[in-house]
Amino acid sequence: MDVSLIIFPGANCDKDTSLAIKHITGKHPKHVWYKETTLPKSDLVILPGGFSHGDYLRSGAIAAKAPIIKDLIKKSADGIYVLGICNGFQILTECGLLQGSLIKNNSLKFVSRNVRLRVIRNDTIFTSNFKENEDVNMPIAHHDGNFYIDDNSLKKIEEEGRVAFRYIENNAKHSPYNPNGSLNDIAGVYNDNFKILGLMPHPERAIDKITGGDHGAKIFESMFHSLSQ
Amino acid sequence: MIKVTVYITLKKDVLDPQGKAIHVALNNMGFDKINGVRQGKLIEINLDTKDFDEAKEQVKKMSEQLLTNPIIEDFTIELE
Repeated sequence: MDVSLIIFPGANCDKDTSLAIKHITGKHPKHVWYKETTLPKSDLVILPGGFSHGDYLRSGAIAAKAPIIKDLIKKSADGIYVLGICNGFQILTECGLLQGSLIKNNSLKFVSRNVRLRVIRNDTIFTSNFKENEDVNMPIAHHDGNFYIDDNSLKKIEEEGRVAFRYIENNAKHSPYNPNGSLNDIAGVYNDNFKILGLMPHPERAIDKITGGDHGAKIFESMFHSLSQ
Repeated sequence: MIKVTVYITLKKDVLDPQGKAIHVALNNMGFDKINGVRQGKLIEINLDTKDFDEAKEQVKKMSEQLLTNPIIEDFTIELE
């Protein structure tokens, strides 16, 4: 499995993500600087979390216009798999590869904590190692994670089963369980052919039991198993 | 040179928690006749042209392609 990781100025989860890939696949992904114009040969491209370009204008808006994104859009049309985590998710919505938008958390606060998530379907390359409707824990850390989309598009996303993860009730003291006000408690969505996934939680921060849990590792394991066959 | 101002506002249906926070703060300060507050953005662009039509056309493109996100925002352009 050839994995590329696009690095933007202000990214801060690139090393964790690289480590997660190494942890699962045995080798680091290729690091691609945002000013590059062509992606190396890749089965999967990951946009890591962080604060690309300082979140100026709108989170992900400036990164979405980077030269490398043009090539990403072109190659995703050819069937390459794409994963956007947190800021990567914001970039994917801003460049149009995913629908919707991630606006300010309804609390107006930066929220950094663990959330309980439901994995809605386990028949995509990103989730094949989960059980259907499995409930998992992953950390979030964002200010703009409030998934918004117009009513008709939301209905369509739901009908087409394109919700990947939802925030669900947990037993923790935190209230409310939906940390940011996302419509329908959406924490992650797919594009229309399920080859592109964006999610606000950080699976790369949940790959080892000794550092707070390993539920996130299953996303990397799913991708590795699906794409290595 | 033409100075162009782009006013960016959240679409009517998009919740504006910042506007709401301002509303509450103003109420707490004693301004009790407020019926609603919405927060937006203002961007000033100076263009090296004398052609108002060209300036408007250019800034419209900038607004659609980068300055705003059409899913959540509307914009108006003012030239001077």
